[in-house]
Amino acid sequence: MLGRKSTVAFFLTLPLILLIALLVLYPAFYSVYLATLNKAMTKFVGFSNFTFLFKRETFWMVVRQSCIFAITAVFFKALIGFIVAHFVHNIPGKKQRKWRGMLLVPWVIPPAMSTLAWLWLFDPSYSAFNYTLSFFGVGPIPWLGDTFWARFSVILVNVWYGAPFFLIMYLAALKSVPDQLYEAASIDGANWWQKIWHITLPMMRNIIAITTLFSLIVTFANFDIVRILTSGGPLDTTHLFATWAFQVGIQSSDIPLGACVSLFMVPILAVAAIFILRDVNKRGNEA
Amino acid sequence: MSRKALTRRQFVAATAMSSAALITAPYVRGAYAAGKLSIGFWDHWVPGANDASTALVKEWGEKEKVEVSIDYITSNNKKIELTAAAEAQAKSGHDILQMPSWWPHAYSENLEPLNDVMEPLIKQNGEVNGTVKYLGQSGGKWLAVPATPGSQIKGPCSRIDLMKKHAGIDVQEMYPAGSVPKDENWTMETFLKAAEACHKAGVPFGIGLGETTDSVDTAGAIFQSYGAELVNAKGDITVKTDAVREALEYYKRLIAVLPTDAPSWDDASNNKWLISGRGAMILNPPSAWAVAKRDAPQIAEQCWTHGMPAGPKGRYAPFLPYFWGVWSFGKNKEAAKSLLTHLSQPSAIEKFVAASGGYDLPAYANMTNLKTWAEEGPPKGTLYQYPDPHHRQTLSIAASPAPPKIAQQIYFQATLTKLALRYAKGEKLDTALAWAENECEGFMRS
Repeated sequence: MLGRKSTVAFFLTLPLILLIALLVLYPAFYSVYLATLNKAMTKFVGFSNFTFLFKRETFWMVVRQSCIFAITAVFFKALIGFIVAHFVHNIPGKKQRKWRGMLLVPWVIPPAMSTLAWLWLFDPSYSAFNYTLSFFGVGPIPWLGDTFWARFSVILVNVWYGAPFFLIMYLAALKSVPDQLYEAASIDGANWWQKIWHITLPMMRNIIAITTLFSLIVTFANFDIVRILTSGGPLDTTHLFATWAFQVGIQSSDIPLGACVSLFMVPILAVAAIFILRDVNKRGNEA
Repeated sequence: MSRKALTRRQFVAATAMSSAALITAPYVRGAYAAGKLSIGFWDHWVPGANDASTALVKEWGEKEKVEVSIDYITSNNKKIELTAAAEAQAKSGHDILQMPSWWPHAYSENLEPLNDVMEPLIKQNGEVNGTVKYLGQSGGKWLAVPATPGSQIKGPCSRIDLMKKHAGIDVQEMYPAGSVPKDENWTMETFLKAAEACHKAGVPFGIGLGETTDSVDTAGAIFQSYGAELVNAKGDITVKTDAVREALEYYKRLIAVLPTDAPSWDDASNNKWLISGRGAMILNPPSAWAVAKRDAPQIAEQCWTHGMPAGPKGRYAPFLPYFWGVWSFGKNKEAAKSLLTHLSQPSAIEKFVAASGGYDLPAYANMTNLKTWAEEGPPKGTLYQYPDPHHRQTLSIAASPAPPKIAQQIYFQATLTKLALRYAKGEKLDTALAWAENECEGFMRS
């Protein structure tokens, strides 16, 4: 009976498996194949595209920037998501639904659209931020024209876009923490910080790990925000793997090198995934 | 069931009659007897400009009995480049695809030679400029036909009032409508002095230093007017030369008087700069003026498009041609060639130019005196000098004359603007040059 059920289940999931194979596995293996070709895509060159990249100054800058971008953005998304989730958790019934809906807005707007709105806010000629700051005698700030501010701006937009995802995940996790634990802690005289440290965080560890990993993958592979705001500038100092791969692969007609750049995300993310998932598994087994 | 046997004599007679009937019967030609043709055109910025393409294609399709379908593909976010890349990879797609400047060379192996189209067109419309040959030809083979829609010169568009007031230059007198420019004193040094004066007056020139084409094209023209090449026509790296050093020294002085956020400018920023009234000049085709005509008419009335200043090695204007390519895997290549010939006739070119309000530029020498440019306004004659009717400039593209597959990378990686910006931001000249040399070495991959 169990065997029949699993066969049925397999056939039910088969369309999805085929879709994933077609849309994910095939392009993934195809990009590995592309990365082993020469620029003209006429002959197999093995790993020479990879060794070529190792010698490029810009490539190492992109690696460094992708790490800075992803780690900083994920950290702030998690922090803001965690704090706001607590606030929202403490709002009573009906009002909470309204807040949840409103706070999810940045996450449900297609990022290409919302980033365009941010671009107008940062615009060199018509920046609304600079206009506002001018009343306080500050600025004008070259939001996208200076390395520091350009990095700040792309991270800010990514945090704005991604924090609601953390918020909703953390809120769901918070709701699953039994109230009795907090009540018992209160009886024992625990303050709010001790409750967070000894109850909330341990109870949310798995969800924090999974959301962090998921967000790290998505943030590392970000394309639209940087592409729309800075196109990688000024002086390539905001390029990420995906935007640089696009510039090298599509705009400069070097598809094998572009594929090679994008594939560098895989080992970095694989290491992160192994560490985070191993920790989750370990705790799962302990439980 | 009765069955009548067919004799040999009956068979021969029947066959002969059928053949005679087939030969003598009138040929009934269907509405689309010559097959189908699918076209990917660039989606024009100028409202209504696509209508000219649609009408011309429709007219040809009806005459030639070809069923045509047109997709207008935007160049926003490189959609047209992505389409070209996907079609070249898949060996399937449109029969004709309009391509930006560098793509005929990038896909030269996948494009049908078009010498049989181009040679008669050149005889009819006049010679094409050197940049069109550089980008559209490979080893004597025409890879694509220069398209009028989208092709543009990115010369100066000046504010008549601000240039007169702050820089003491009367651009209308220097570039009069209807006659030969008096541009002998319009040099890079005069340009710089004007830029300094306008900066001092709070209306700086709006020249980008970003990584998009407007910034790169300006850098290209300035470098070329100093004879500065990062890679020469033979493919040798020539970064560490006096010409490059001289161009960089000039650029450093220019950057000092450009808007502080110019490194983040994209191709829309300079347009906004002019339309908002914040600058005395930008380097752009007349699209900014066209938008100003609609949104800020008082600014448009003061705009005058004219030629580039001359450097020690000549007067170079940034020129960005579009091309129509025919895929070698296309299904109806003869029809495609026939359509491209139709779209390149003088009457068709005139329609394109008129529909785009003078924005589109034909590549042919005999087609630079159309009435649209003379009549457009306000002010009347503002576009007269836009197509360089008196051939005072060398129309060029940044990173040329390097072999196109190398130049394309210099162009799209914005190596020229980055190099100028690095040096202007305080990096030592030798360090900046070493960086550029290293970049160019990386572009030599084959």
